[in-house]
Amino acid sequence: MKYLDEYRDPVAARKLADTIARTVTRPWTIMEICGGQTHTIVKYGIDEILPSQIELVHGPGCPVCVTPLEMIDRAHAIASRRDVIFCSFGDMLRVPGSRGDLLQLKSEGADVRVVYSPLDAVKVAADNPGRKAVFFAIGFETTAPPNAMAVWMARKRGLKNFSVLVSHVTVPNAITAILDAPGNRVQGFLGPGHVCTVVGYDEYEPIASQYHVPIVITGFEPLDMLEGVLWTVRQLESGRAEVENQYGRAVQRNGNAQSRQLIDEVFEVCDRKWRGVGTIPQSGYRLRDAYRDYDAEKIFAVEDICTQESTVCISGEILRGLKKPHHCPAFGKQCTPQTPLGATMVSAEGACAAYFHYGRHLVSLDVSTDTPSLAAGDRR
Amino acid sequence: MCLGVPGQVVETYHEHDVLMGKVAFGGVFRRVCLEHVPQVKPGEFVLVHVGFALSRIDEQEAKRVFEFLERMNQLDELESPSQDAESQAGESDEPLEKSPP
Amino acid sequence: MSDPSVAGIDWSSCPTPKSNYDRILLGHGSGGRLTNELIERVFVPAFDNPILAALEDQATLNLAATNGGAAGGLPRLAFTTDAFVVQPLFFPGGDIGRLAVHGTVNDLAVGGALPQFLSAAFILEEGLPIDDLKRIAASMRAACDEAGVQLVTGDTKVVDRGKGDQVFITTAGIGIVPPGRNLSIRSVRPGDKILVSGTLGDHGITIMSVREGIEFETALESDTAPLTSLVQAMLAACPAIRWMRDPTRGGLASALNEMASAAGVGVELVESTIPVRNEVHAACEMLGLDALYVANEGKLVAVVPADDSEKLLGTMRAHPLGQNAAIIGTVVDEHPRMVLLRSLVGGERVVTMLAGEQLPRIC
Repeated sequence: MKYLDEYRDPVAARKLADTIARTVTRPWTIMEICGGQTHTIVKYGIDEILPSQIELVHGPGCPVCVTPLEMIDRAHAIASRRDVIFCSFGDMLRVPGSRGDLLQLKSEGADVRVVYSPLDAVKVAADNPGRKAVFFAIGFETTAPPNAMAVWMARKRGLKNFSVLVSHVTVPNAITAILDAPGNRVQGFLGPGHVCTVVGYDEYEPIASQYHVPIVITGFEPLDMLEGVLWTVRQLESGRAEVENQYGRAVQRNGNAQSRQLIDEVFEVCDRKWRGVGTIPQSGYRLRDAYRDYDAEKIFAVEDICTQESTVCISGEILRGLKKPHHCPAFGKQCTPQTPLGATMVSAEGACAAYFHYGRHLVSLDVSTDTPSLAAGDRR
Repeated sequence: MCLGVPGQVVETYHEHDVLMGKVAFGGVFRRVCLEHVPQVKPGEFVLVHVGFALSRIDEQEAKRVFEFLERMNQLDELESPSQDAESQAGESDEPLEKSPP
Repeated sequence: MSDPSVAGIDWSSCPTPKSNYDRILLGHGSGGRLTNELIERVFVPAFDNPILAALEDQATLNLAATNGGAAGGLPRLAFTTDAFVVQPLFFPGGDIGRLAVHGTVNDLAVGGALPQFLSAAFILEEGLPIDDLKRIAASMRAACDEAGVQLVTGDTKVVDRGKGDQVFITTAGIGIVPPGRNLSIRSVRPGDKILVSGTLGDHGITIMSVREGIEFETALESDTAPLTSLVQAMLAACPAIRWMRDPTRGGLASALNEMASAAGVGVELVESTIPVRNEVHAACEMLGLDALYVANEGKLVAVVPADDSEKLLGTMRAHPLGQNAAIIGTVVDEHPRMVLLRSLVGGERVVTMLAGEQLPRIC
């Protein structure tokens, strides 16, 4: 596939890894923001081909993982209703709430359907006029344009039986929360490539200068990530702290003007609870008043459902890059993708789930890099 | 964090007044909403996330990393290992994208 | 870290109950970890006998031993059963009937048996158009003829509208195992090579492309096919083949994890050698799926001593169903019960067992 496969070329990857090795002179800790980037690192073993001075810590950029427990409970309450067709992205169905996950609800007879796109949920509404179609609108800024478009289209077509349960989160204030946390070790960031495709990266410039951290907006393929690391390391080695755009083929500084406009029309910024982390001010979107007829929380009166998070899991520390999955005593034991205890295990992109899926609970710890490593002698 | 996949626009059409397209991903085709990339023409590539085009793929930018690697290959051929320090200095002059005026 | 001796089926070392679910989920049918859990928790204890406990795809029955007859006098029979619940009933490249015949025949064939007879029991939902049933029956007849088997007995039941998904088909199959043939999952040895007969994921992606909410256009078709003649050609060329399986639901990853666990060996795969069609690759990228876990219905995986691997590859490629055959990995004695993959860019990762249903992802 063009613009995809060529960014997985092994010779080019080796070349970039060697360049990084020649550039680095001391240890650096870099955080990749997006769950998709974490996925690439673990899937291709990127951290294995990087020099050992580079430590990659995994960020909170997994919208499925950070959807708060009470939002799952609200979804559960809505989906349990007989008159509702509850539509959702596939990976949300396995997130456990207080009363189980949406897949279990489906097995008990609820009409829960996987859709690939929010626009397909609008179609479900149009095809089922006698019932209420509800779409679970989660995501970062990347998913805001399609979610906003779904609401906008429903209004345009005069559909009265479509609504969205919104749980949007936004990146910049999560980064500052990480940087402000005591014990923060992150020195540079691989910024969220697809988020910035939509909203641009001008918001990151004040963060880079205020906290003096380089932020390289990075893509998702192996060559993108290696190049992102290279540019970050170069900045760190030379004491610079700027925003650079590695993902230029998809990202421009001002993002997509039309998307920004539609997001602004349909959504407004609000405080959001992040599972495992707590409330981060001004870190999410909710529907504007003008669109309250499409707000499932209001229509089904579930706003009062509030739930406390589990105290056992260390997701919060993992999402902030303070710990890694293998530091958690429950990892791979009580806490697995089938029986997740917390945020970072619930979706394929959460750090714990990615580590688990790619078997890092089964291999030895390379103590020199504090990373589960297949190269570390005794493979189990 | 978000699964965004490049696809090639095959044709465009309107559905309920919204700009849509038939987009080719390798050998499979899917309908994609193109409302936010209205200038796109058949033959061009877009980045698609959950059935929605987020942006056009800039072909020039897409080549950049390969041009960099090509330059490195050429440098390696010209230089011996003892001149690595010099080649590093050359690389740090890489044009980095700054905010456009 | 988890108990290393049960890598790949690590839930048995988990202190909490093996599954939180007290009802059947779709994931229990996915061919991965949940399916295995169900088998181990419910069926094996209930039917406890050594033939079932071997958990091969087919049971090889030694009638001489049970009848007290002279060894070598009576043939060994291979016996298998299977169930088919695919939706939609008719899909590009086939239908539920064709799938049922091929699936049953293949379970017998990969054990080295010559399939002979099938039975089929139909559970039909009230309201199913009879024309659809006629199409399915005709398709099964054609598939039986092509595979050289006869459907010799059957049954039909009807359930109320809403209590069944149009058609469910359960089959049983009987084949003859030639004397001296002893394919077994436990005969796999370090140093052996692993081969696949062709491209992975064709069937599962075809089905997904016609699934409501996900649909996409593709020229892909299900790869459903009877593998008997391919297997016979392979065994004739390389009688030393250790073990074969048709990797259906759960995909190649699940089949190899089961092999690694049962045989107590490690597996190393090379990503760049695994054959995948462009369309399957593209669909997997688009939906965020992994072709290693997607179902195949006309492919097999075979393990053979290293010295025979090139010859076997040549034999497979010469057969119409093996044109894209490839050597994709090696059995090793390191990391027992673990399947590793060397990625395109050189790093390694573990290929774990599928947990639950594979769902398209957003991230």
